[in-house]
Amino acid sequence: MNLDAFWIILTGALVAICCSLLGCFLILRRMAMVGDAISHAVLPGIVLAFLFSGSREVWTMLLGAALLGVACTFLIEFFHKKANVPADASIGVTFTWLFALGIILISVYAGQVDLDQDCVLYGEIAYVPLDIWITPSGLNLGPRTVWIIGGVLVVLLLFIGLFYKQLYLTSFDPAFAAAIGISTTLWYYLLMGAVSLTTVAAFESVGAILVVALMVGPPATAYLLTDDLKKMLLISAGLGTLASAGGFYLALWLNGSVAGAISVVIGLQFLLVFVFSPSHGLVSRRRKPALSAQG
Amino acid sequence: MIQHVTDPVLEVHDLTVSYQRKPVLWDVDLTVPKQALVGVIGPNGAGKSTLIKAIMGLLPLNSGYVELFGKPLDEVREKVSYVPQRESVDWDFPASALDVAMMGTYGSLGLFRRPGAKQRQLAMEALEKVGMQDFAHRQISQLSGGQQQRVFLSRALAQDADLYLMDEPFAGVDIATETAIIELLRQMRETGKTVVVVHHDLQSAQDYFDWIILLNMRLVASGPTDETLTPALLEKTYGGRLTELSRVSELLHKKNFPIRETKPPRK
Repeated sequence: MNLDAFWIILTGALVAICCSLLGCFLILRRMAMVGDAISHAVLPGIVLAFLFSGSREVWTMLLGAALLGVACTFLIEFFHKKANVPADASIGVTFTWLFALGIILISVYAGQVDLDQDCVLYGEIAYVPLDIWITPSGLNLGPRTVWIIGGVLVVLLLFIGLFYKQLYLTSFDPAFAAAIGISTTLWYYLLMGAVSLTTVAAFESVGAILVVALMVGPPATAYLLTDDLKKMLLISAGLGTLASAGGFYLALWLNGSVAGAISVVIGLQFLLVFVFSPSHGLVSRRRKPALSAQG
Repeated sequence: MIQHVTDPVLEVHDLTVSYQRKPVLWDVDLTVPKQALVGVIGPNGAGKSTLIKAIMGLLPLNSGYVELFGKPLDEVREKVSYVPQRESVDWDFPASALDVAMMGTYGSLGLFRRPGAKQRQLAMEALEKVGMQDFAHRQISQLSGGQQQRVFLSRALAQDADLYLMDEPFAGVDIATETAIIELLRQMRETGKTVVVVHHDLQSAQDYFDWIILLNMRLVASGPTDETLTPALLEKTYGGRLTELSRVSELLHKKNFPIRETKPPRK
């Protein structure tokens, strides 16, 4: 394995772990498509950050994107709670509108904005090794993306590790959580903030579509394999890592898109588990009545 | 007939609550004595659940206030336990009965501490009290409705509060569970706890509760059972519908029909 391959797989794995950990909580809250929403809604934030600062400096872009990501979750919650719009409709109406706003901004300021919506949607993980972080003293620290995503992963692990019980309880029974004094609103926004952070950090390299695939696919697969949230988190992180490595070699073999191949592997994992899962799979569900009839 | 008590465990003062500007509770003013089994009774849509939620601070109040042990809820949260309606949560959630029971201890843990051996012990004891210890590691979707309700109760027990507010704990449970739960509630009363239960079966209310709150948007009555469960007050609570209802329940009483279908024992 050469160094470039190592960096690409490492980036993919780090993104996969971040996305699938958060995805577990999202699918249990029936908000799986929030990742989709945020990854699209950040577009106007990036364009506005670029227009205001006039540079393609990564931190201003990340800041603009993160602000729009949080604003998007705020709007979703606002429409859902205050106007009684169903949650899925609220997600749909919010992010398509914000994404369209971003596209209009790009097309209006086309001359000034060196941005491409294809790049936002699909990203290009294969370019990760090209953007190397070199310290002023000339030390080569490897791709910048790896450091950014690695940092996000550390933040996420601390967040979930320290506040597992709050995230667990507010996802399962918000009313009881509120009754014992755990603010559901606070933990909702902290979780959504974490989703925004992850999406923004990840989509530049892997694209919005892969972020969504990683946020929903591995957690949904893990959901079919276990009845314990802690195991579900571990399994989905493992599946995500496996998919990013498998996807890389699939893409190499097919000479195709890495992000596309990773998504395909995620889909295959889900199908396999859907058919063969010991507890929820098609095969075991078929066999169960026969077994209990014997016993 | 609204009887007030001195030194109440729960005081609701001039409470008005509305959904989308439509009032659900209007000017409710009541007190609940210590060490009582209290039934909240009224027709569908009378605001019974709303009253419990408003007491637990889960809904914005239009006017009035609630005091528990003479203090606002925030100061006495660990002494008050809430059992939501069973249908309010997703029972396919990846959690075991023990996990759910352990949630009752979260309030005492603060921001950072994680549940450990002591919390596990408390949760196990709570599951034993409701007869669910053998199902501790069972995933909650694999429990029957009655068992799920017991798990919900065990979570409240693990919290070890002094005042319990329960929203329809007898809804959709088998008769064995109902008997077990009411027995447990009586034991809790003996140890000095107060239990407020939203209930909609008039017939059993007579046997179960020693204090009754009759509600139909407005407070109709609040007082000892024998003074509140009178035909006149029930008529006032249920309006015209009661005549039919009471005839049916009288009939049931005489013929001794079972009110609920009993579930066959599970293999």
